[in-house]
Amino acid sequence: MTEATQIHGVLDSHGEKAAELQSVYVYEAPVRIWHWVNAAAIVVLATTGYFIASPLPSTPGEASSQFLMGYIRFAHFSAGYVLAVALLMRIYWAFVGNEHAKQIFYLPVWDRKWLSGVLYEAGWYAFLVKQPKKYIGHNPLGHLVMHLFMLNLAFLVVTGFALYSEGAGRDSWQYKLFGWVFAIWPNSQDVHTWHHLAMWGVILFVIIHIYTAVREDIVSRQSLISSMISGERVFRDEADK
Amino acid sequence: MAAIETFYDVIRRQGVTRRSFTKFCSLTAASLGLGQSAAVQMAQALETKPRIPVIWMHGLECTCCSESFIRSAHPLAKDVVLSMISLDYDDTIMAAAGHQAEAILEETKEKYKGKYILAVEGNPPLNEGGMFCIDGGKPFVEKLKWMAEDAMAIIAWGACASWGCVQAAKPNPTQATPIDKVIKDKPIIKVPGCPPIAEVMTGVVTFVTTFGRLPELDRQGRPKMFYSQRIHDKCYRRPHFDAGQFVEEWDDEAARKGHCLYKMGCKGPTTYNACSTVRWNGGVSFPIQSGHGCIGCSEEDFWDKGSFYDRLTKINHFGIEHNADEVGLAAAAVVGGAVAVHAGVTAVKRITTKHEG
Ligand code: HEM
Ligand code: HEM
Ligand code: SF4
Repeated sequence: MTEATQIHGVLDSHGEKAAELQSVYVYEAPVRIWHWVNAAAIVVLATTGYFIASPLPSTPGEASSQFLMGYIRFAHFSAGYVLAVALLMRIYWAFVGNEHAKQIFYLPVWDRKWLSGVLYEAGWYAFLVKQPKKYIGHNPLGHLVMHLFMLNLAFLVVTGFALYSEGAGRDSWQYKLFGWVFAIWPNSQDVHTWHHLAMWGVILFVIIHIYTAVREDIVSRQSLISSMISGERVFRDEADK
Repeated sequence: MAAIETFYDVIRRQGVTRRSFTKFCSLTAASLGLGQSAAVQMAQALETKPRIPVIWMHGLECTCCSESFIRSAHPLAKDVVLSMISLDYDDTIMAAAGHQAEAILEETKEKYKGKYILAVEGNPPLNEGGMFCIDGGKPFVEKLKWMAEDAMAIIAWGACASWGCVQAAKPNPTQATPIDKVIKDKPIIKVPGCPPIAEVMTGVVTFVTTFGRLPELDRQGRPKMFYSQRIHDKCYRRPHFDAGQFVEEWDDEAARKGHCLYKMGCKGPTTYNACSTVRWNGGVSFPIQSGHGCIGCSEEDFWDKGSFYDRLTKINHFGIEHNADEVGLAAAAVVGGAVAVHAGVTAVKRITTKHEG
């Protein structure tokens, strides 16, 4: 979003300036809680989702003494509800939270500076430019990818609840709210296929996301992973450099 | 042609007893999911209301719907409903033929304007001006539109009329088109299936002719009473699904024990129909009970959704078919590889340009 403005170092308990590091509060608690709840739910959803599609080897014995597929589906649906509720909370926070809480919900495609920022960051990842620019929120390329991810996530929730409504029944609130998905794909087999493909979309995002988070944390001169835990973005270079 | 006769008059004339008539009403009410009071209501309607004529036409199709229909297990449904229909028009099974038969259409259109039911088996091909299906010297699509004009409602029999079915499968050279894409201004009841279950068909006809209105339809235009649940929801093998007990290959031990066919590509979880409750041939069996997965024949474009033995649709690109997992894994491998290379380059760069700042 905006490039880092200079913020002066914090005073320590003796009233002296501690290390000349700039830090700024970026990710508020609801955003951070959402991030980790969402990540945990996705791990459960992708694992159980995979086993819904390709079930484990058959269980032995009587059917009445086993409920493996039932438990796997139950875990999927429970995590689905957790994810959906957390997402609603996150959307609410986009309205009431700080400007960084809004960032991943829109793309400033009208902003030339942002657009060139996308290219600049792409150059940084392609080893073409020496130093990345510093940003308080997500860098423009990250911003773009985050936004695409949120669309992908919304798609999974919508198709997930549409599939859920098939079991819950035609008179369920899930069908009333999400049944329109079957107006787009009358054959629910297509909804399964798309829901399944979207899972792979999330997996691709997570691979890239975790890699870049760790990499930037090490290579760039600003904090990343700890920012998502404490909320503070710390810049490792001194103020007037 | 019997103009003001009631349904009851017709069957009495055919030698059906009053006793069998009431039995028919109760059975049909039950199969429609209605209570005993509905049976009485139904009997009353059939006795007093003038019979609603049904015209049954055939477009591009294989006649499996008719074949199914005439095997309805209710002894009366077969005799009564069928004769009631053939009294008016069904070119495949009625006695009249040629101009005599076509005259019935004209007469019905005039006499029962806005009051008759048009039941369509099959669909019209639109390519080349409809030349791929000629009926009575005219493209079927013209005949369909002409008869639809004055109909009260249309019943779209089977997967053909409802979705298009095999003649509409890719690349659909004749441009076979489901009824609701051709007739836009009439209520249409879709009764999909290839073919639909006999009792479902007679149930729908009886409902419309006795109550003079359409049954409640779902978002897809199908009667809710028969199509609001999936095969999977009422499948008797469902306990094996929930337990995680699957047939892993044809003829294995699990197949002999009748375990769930999910891994063999059963489409029960995505198919809306009444097979697992009503079953076939008078309740004898249905595909899953006979050991084969559901192929989803009542679902939209079921011919174009890949193999009957895959639960998900294949993704067709570059002429090679893959499933969602193959596509996803390939993409993940590419991205994972790229990440690894990127990490390597990053590390090398970092070591070679170490800490100047
Ligand atoms: C399923 C796994 C995960 C998903 C779906 C996910 C998703 C996201 C999303 C959507 C954001 C944007 C947050 C916002 O602006 O509201 C974000 C930020 C972030 N995530 Fe994750 N995350 C996952 C796992 C992780 C893991 C394991 C790490 C740590 C290695 C991590 C580190 C971060 C960091 C550092 C940021 C902030 C990036 C920045 O400041 O530009 N994430 N993540
Ligand atoms: C990150 C999010 C999610 C992922 C990765 C995911 C993944 C999957 C996968 C791979 C399948 C198997 C599809 C198939 O092959 O048929 C599946 C099925 C399903 N998912 Fe999700 N899903 C997610 C979110 C949700 C949510 C939010 C819900 C809503 C409650 C949901 C409900 C369902 C249902 C109802 C099924 C069908 C289960 C069945 O047929 O037995 N999913 N999911
Ligand atoms: S056999 Fe098919 S319909 Fe029956 S429980 Fe298994 S998957 Fe569902």
